[in-house]
Amino acid sequence: MKVSVNWLRALAPDIEGTAEELAARLSMRAVPVESVEDVGAGLDDVVVGRVVSAVKHPNADRLTLCAVDDGSEAQVAVVCGAPNVVEGALYPYVRPGATLPGGFRIESREIRGETSHGMLCSERELGLGRDAAGILRLGDGHRPGQPVAEALGLPDARLELELSPNRIDLACHVGVARELSPTGEGGIRLPDVGGPGWEPEWVDGDLEAEAAGVRIEIQSPDRCRRYLAAIVRGVTVGPSPEWLASRLRAAGARPINNVVDSTNYVLLELNQPLHAFDLSKIEGSEILVRAARDEPITTLDGAEHALSGIETVIADSERPVALAGVMGGADSEVGGATTDILIECAAFDPLHTRSTARAAGLATDASYRFERGIDETGLEAALARCVDLIVATAGGTAEASAVRVGDRPPATREVVLRTRRVRQVLGLRLSGEQIAGLLVPLGLRLEPADEEPGAGEAAGSETLRVSVPGWRVDIAREIDLVEEVARRYGYDAFPDELRSFRPSTVPDDPAWGRAERVRRALVARGFLEARSASFVAEELTSGSPVPLLRPLSSEEGFLRTDLTPVLLKRLEHNFTRSRRDVRLFEIGSVFGRRPEPAGGGEVDVPFAEEIRVGVVLTGRRTPEHWSGEGSDLDVWDLKGIAEGLARELGLGEVGSDADADDETAALPLGARDWLGEDTFRIVGEGGTAGIGGGVAAAALDAPPWSAPVWALEFRLESVALETERSYRPLPTHPAVPRDLALTVPPGVAGADVEAVIREAASDRLESVSLFDLYEGESIGEDRRSLAWRLVFRAPDRTLTDEDVEAEMAAITSALEGRLEARIRSS
Amino acid sequence: MTPSGGSLPERLEEIGRAGAAAFRVAADPEALEAVRIEYLGRSGRLADALAEIRKLPPAGRRAAGQAGNRAKKLLQEALAARTAALEGGEGKARSQGRSAADLTLPGRRTWTGGVHPVTTVIDEICDIFRELGFTRAAGPEIETEWYNFTALNIPLDHPAADMHDTFYLADGVLLRTHTSPVQARTMERHPPPVRILAPGMAFRRDPFDASHAPAFEQIEGLAVDEGIDFVEFRASIEYFVRRFFGLSTRARFRPSYFPFTEPSAEVDVTCHICDGAGGSCAPCKGTGWIEIMGSGMVHPAVFEAVGYDPEKVTGYAFGMGPARIAMLRYRIPDIRLLYEGDVGFLEQFAGP
Repeated sequence: MKVSVNWLRALAPDIEGTAEELAARLSMRAVPVESVEDVGAGLDDVVVGRVVSAVKHPNADRLTLCAVDDGSEAQVAVVCGAPNVVEGALYPYVRPGATLPGGFRIESREIRGETSHGMLCSERELGLGRDAAGILRLGDGHRPGQPVAEALGLPDARLELELSPNRIDLACHVGVARELSPTGEGGIRLPDVGGPGWEPEWVDGDLEAEAAGVRIEIQSPDRCRRYLAAIVRGVTVGPSPEWLASRLRAAGARPINNVVDSTNYVLLELNQPLHAFDLSKIEGSEILVRAARDEPITTLDGAEHALSGIETVIADSERPVALAGVMGGADSEVGGATTDILIECAAFDPLHTRSTARAAGLATDASYRFERGIDETGLEAALARCVDLIVATAGGTAEASAVRVGDRPPATREVVLRTRRVRQVLGLRLSGEQIAGLLVPLGLRLEPADEEPGAGEAAGSETLRVSVPGWRVDIAREIDLVEEVARRYGYDAFPDELRSFRPSTVPDDPAWGRAERVRRALVARGFLEARSASFVAEELTSGSPVPLLRPLSSEEGFLRTDLTPVLLKRLEHNFTRSRRDVRLFEIGSVFGRRPEPAGGGEVDVPFAEEIRVGVVLTGRRTPEHWSGEGSDLDVWDLKGIAEGLARELGLGEVGSDADADDETAALPLGARDWLGEDTFRIVGEGGTAGIGGGVAAAALDAPPWSAPVWALEFRLESVALETERSYRPLPTHPAVPRDLALTVPPGVAGADVEAVIREAASDRLESVSLFDLYEGESIGEDRRSLAWRLVFRAPDRTLTDEDVEAEMAAITSALEGRLEARIRSS
Repeated sequence: MTPSGGSLPERLEEIGRAGAAAFRVAADPEALEAVRIEYLGRSGRLADALAEIRKLPPAGRRAAGQAGNRAKKLLQEALAARTAALEGGEGKARSQGRSAADLTLPGRRTWTGGVHPVTTVIDEICDIFRELGFTRAAGPEIETEWYNFTALNIPLDHPAADMHDTFYLADGVLLRTHTSPVQARTMERHPPPVRILAPGMAFRRDPFDASHAPAFEQIEGLAVDEGIDFVEFRASIEYFVRRFFGLSTRARFRPSYFPFTEPSAEVDVTCHICDGAGGSCAPCKGTGWIEIMGSGMVHPAVFEAVGYDPEKVTGYAFGMGPARIAMLRYRIPDIRLLYEGDVGFLEQFAGP
């Protein structure tokens, strides 16, 4: 919404301060001001010039050779390229040597053999508006040589307001003036625009009425609450007077002709959208407000619309002539030949206007206001203002009677405000009188509601009956008034007092604590946290993925079902930057379709989500160092990380049981084979907690110089919130280590051997660790040689050789008996 | 070699101890090699002793074998240790004539991990509000229209809903457009007083560009109790601003509109680049102020939707974009950098 400061001051002369100060006041008290623009600054060198004569340029068809009277004694020759030069008319003229806004310097120069001494200017060249189609024609009341700024009522400033949806009342100059003027509503006077002071005899009807030979009928009362129409006969359509065109330009609108400009002026002044029809184009002398049918309409912008029935239209007896509340039809447009007009002033339903605008793909100044709600009590005043303006600027005579159909709303709504409530929400102890001081300038009226005056005051609270004017559609309940009090009081005028508080009844959600533990564990292992997009292409999903109904692109058509493929994409990004060593993790949600509810339970949402932890790593084990080539990560690094995390975070046991069934989960882990060989699972109390392994070559686009890629993904839910810790006495007696080398036949896993050792030994066995593995021909028969270090210790005495020998004997016989192990004599 | 006193296992232990001592005192590589040949050579003392094991009766072989292993290990370790020591010493000796070891060379490094800058910002915000009694809550990213809009006093057909360009998944089911649904979900399950923060992802149909991401972090705050008023709201946010942005940072509150708060306020802080001067400062577009959060007093309609009595309790709520705050704080020019997982970018924020 663009607002002219001069216009505001014309409405409320008591508005004081520079444009910047007004902008700051609006921003801090009402709505943000996006920009403050000087209008007509730098026009010192531009004067009014009269085109005394205009003849075609001898050497160019499209150029005109003008003789211009610039107020000095001699006339000057100016070549002009604009199509709209009229002899005798006034235009802005710049003398040679002068500079236009924006720094463009004008010199005398030759154009096709004729010297042009200066230039006649368009609106845009002067920085006044957007129109560059022709030079700016000034009103006739000016004299050549007069500064053009003076002629145009400049300088002015244009404020651009960023309206919030609730403050539609600020979409007009009166609304903004009300906010800025110290006296507010009471001090606003609409400038005299001339005209007869039209006060019609209203012909009322519930849904239909006829006056001055035109019948109006609201056929769909849900789409239109009120419809007023005035008729003016004998108008002369032409350019608007200078003051009117200037006002519109200053507010960022483009002058068109006196009739259309009059409707736009009232829109920008009072917020009421109006539309003028060429009455001669209205068939059957009737106006119907109805739902659209399967019919076409061409709107003023030239666009053709095939209507569907969703839209609301204004129709005559034959066809639609306007999209109600959005835009007029081209057929009934007011043009140069128009003499009789019908002016529509209506209150269209917000939701239907929204549907109409959406269906037509249009968003107009009118639809913007109707969608948010206009002042339904202000239609009469707006229509009268518009009739006066049209008669004053386009001539003609307004019919003395006018149609008014629909429900007349009460002039004000009543909302109760308690000073106690103001204190409760705002912490301000304000009296009814103080509150009135803040709200009355906005046009609200306050009266004590207590039956006995002062009774409530004695009880610490006053109750006020507040009459809310029709333009404040946002004020419906008490809290809306409380907000007005806070706003008018000034947010920055509140005291800065920190209060005591009671603790929250809401415990910290465990997910945050879990995520923190995971982050600490992974950061300690040298991983960098990534955050990546939740949307992926279908080929990166697994299981039953969730598609977006209206994705931004097919590459982002689904919600991710796993973190690993998303992190592999991040890895590929790093590969394109020639990074070979990458260690990333992410904690984030994955999504899937919920399987059928098992117990017939009620499922609100047919989707499931859970938080996962994804880890990918590739490249060197340690950063490169000059002392020697570092070796690349292998599966044992990954397994070590997985085991460490599983232990520290309480995830469960890491095993090679890669086939463990996770399919029953709503969001199965690794349902798709991102992982190649060397896959393992982490199995916790609730089933599969995680999965890890080497990434399959097909799962990512890796350059030839890259190292093998490893990945791990687990459920955040499986992370224990804390590790139980309690002190165990430190040993006081020495440990006895024994090494045990053995060979095992194929199919016997390391974990099997360890399990047998632990089972066969007594509780004196303190630890078992593998320290060597050998597979080779010298052993033969595909057997593997494993060397273990066993440590024995007793808590209460030093173990003897005999003690340990007995343990070892039990262990070796168990290994030989159960696993066909052969002990290698040492 | 003739057996010289003690059982074979005992002698093996002795060889180990004596050899290890000999290694420890070897003065130079030549001496060390001589000791190695004496003890660990093909026909050294250890080999000779081990050869005797075969002559023992079977019952004694195991103990002797084990003693032999221990001795061998002891000797090898002593050799390795002395070799390393002499090599180091040799380097030192060699360098003494010229200069000290070139310690300008870099040492061995390990990988340094780090959390994402947006995580850092979220954690800091949570830490500060924890001082004001806030706990952390969570809610689903897939939401219903009820929690995302209706319970927050946003009618689906109201222009206010236009502000949310929503990703729908099914009829009435969507990706939350803000973290505010956690407000309603939390109040439904817990009685007042409620003081929570809800960090999480939110989604809007904005294509990726330098300042927009279709999925982005948000952090919601909500405090509800009897007696919480606008004064407390303002003071609490001011406290946060000073703690987070620095004591010299000022906040200002401007009227704004959110359907689920009233009165609503936009909070700006003085620009940390130009210190509020404005002028040609780019981050604040010359205004001297930077917008950091939307906030306000909880609308009574929200309390009604979750079954709280708006006549009894009042409260405030706010929402911030940690990604945007991270961009401001670390001067990150393009939001896409946050979500690329580029190691070169993330490493800049690594370390404790």
